[in-house]
Amino acid sequence: MQRFLNNPDDLVDETVAGFVKAHRDLVHLLPENPRVVVSNVAPKAGRVGIVTGGGSGHEPAFIGYTGRNMVDAVAVGEVFSSPTAKSFADAVRAANGGAGVAVLYGNYAGDNMNVKMAARTVAKEGIEVATVVANDDVCSAPLAEREKRRGVAGEIFMWKIGGAKAATGASLAEVQAAAQKAIDACRSVGVGLGPCTLPAVGHPNFSIAPGTMEVGIGHHGEPGARVEPLRTANDVADDMLKIVMDDHALPAGTEVAVLVSGLGATPVNELYVLYDRIESGLAGMGMKVHRALVGNYFTSLEMVGATLTVMALDDELKALLDMDCASPAL
Amino acid sequence: MTSIPNAGQAAIIEDIAAAIVANKAWLSEIDGKIGDGDHGSNMAKGFGRAAERIHGRDITLDGAMLILSEILMDEIGGSMGPLYGLMFEDMAGAIAGLAEIDAETFSRMLNAGLQGVQGVGNAQVGDKTLIDTLVPAVQAFDAARSEGFGPALRAMMTAAEQGRDSTIDLVARIGRSSRLGERSRGVLDAGATSCCLILTSLGTSVLQRLP
Repeated sequence: MQRFLNNPDDLVDETVAGFVKAHRDLVHLLPENPRVVVSNVAPKAGRVGIVTGGGSGHEPAFIGYTGRNMVDAVAVGEVFSSPTAKSFADAVRAANGGAGVAVLYGNYAGDNMNVKMAARTVAKEGIEVATVVANDDVCSAPLAEREKRRGVAGEIFMWKIGGAKAATGASLAEVQAAAQKAIDACRSVGVGLGPCTLPAVGHPNFSIAPGTMEVGIGHHGEPGARVEPLRTANDVADDMLKIVMDDHALPAGTEVAVLVSGLGATPVNELYVLYDRIESGLAGMGMKVHRALVGNYFTSLEMVGATLTVMALDDELKALLDMDCASPAL
Repeated sequence: MTSIPNAGQAAIIEDIAAAIVANKAWLSEIDGKIGDGDHGSNMAKGFGRAAERIHGRDITLDGAMLILSEILMDEIGGSMGPLYGLMFEDMAGAIAGLAEIDAETFSRMLNAGLQGVQGVGNAQVGDKTLIDTLVPAVQAFDAARSEGFGPALRAMMTAAEQGRDSTIDLVARIGRSSRLGERSRGVLDAGATSCCLILTSLGTSVLQRLP
């Protein structure tokens, strides 16, 4: 695979540098820490701050969701590697408007450790931190062990809901509860058709044999539930929807938000092919799609594949989802 | 009692860094089998930077460990940043202010480092992590302490290697490779391997400095 690269070691810094140039109307870099992207309207005095962070290589996640009524500050890690505790702490400081900060992130060992350490650091400075850990990836652990599941594209809904709730002037506990409710209402699944390569490593970090697909694959190529022959788009869409909805067990008539994200190297038109079938499938189950997002919202370098996220909505989530926001990716 | 001075020991940490940098490709290769394949490059980046910053400086062992710790925690991140960062921070804390480091204070240092790792991570022996190297190595040092500093260091190094090799037959139960289940069996754990490099380099350097 041919790539646009200078020195692979500089990839993250160059990504972030280009990102803040392209979106200078919305975001900037924290002067004292170039691994923290901050919304131009943060911090807001008296409002709860929203922070996230994660490894690079998932663009537009995580940095792309920084902005008005969204995430206030994002800690940026190396490719597929957690940001430092220092960057998480600096992001919290940058987002702190005096009403506490909600750190909304994905369930990965490194992020758990670094967020924990950052929370300890800023607590000493008097900043109150609440955390919500996303665990929407159905195939990464059984439902009974949901706390072990990874966080994937459902994080976008969690950030949207958390950011909107903070914008209403809600307390830290209320923002945390809304973000928790959002991720609890999300179920996701990924299907991989081709692997990805960490530029600094130079060869694919897992393999998917030609003619096969990995159902349930994670955002870093973590193995899924099963490897099987690649089927038609409609069959794959049906399978993804079944995995998500079997885990969800929603009553007919439920309103849902749907996110179909490419993993980096899947043409966007194929995502719409999947979505066409998914929405028909949802309708067949009696679900009403309130909002759909289709595109490259949360990628994994140049992995070929897609994720499906379905969030069940109630009146509160619907109103928060519909609130106006402005970030580079949403 | 046999001991080494605490002062002027930057080279011990430089040696550890050199061992990590020299094994960068190997560590990445091991990691690539059940992980991202970036363990070698991330570790080499952190330890290499530390070596540059302490090179030629007249500092104590704990001073050098603190510089390494800060770089790992503030500049590297991932899982290894906090784990090794806290290990070296707590090791440094245990020997700070000491003029000499003997078997007893070295033991305190090792145990503090172990507690630092366990305080932030949740791994137990058998989970296929660096804990599988660190726990038996610390235990072996303590068990052999009555025989003297030198024999205890050698026991530590032997146990570290055995601990590293024990991870081959283990199924990962924590961290990213745990998602692989049975597919993680049959290969070394990258963290256990880098931990063994750290402990064997540390042991070798201290042995060379014993009177």
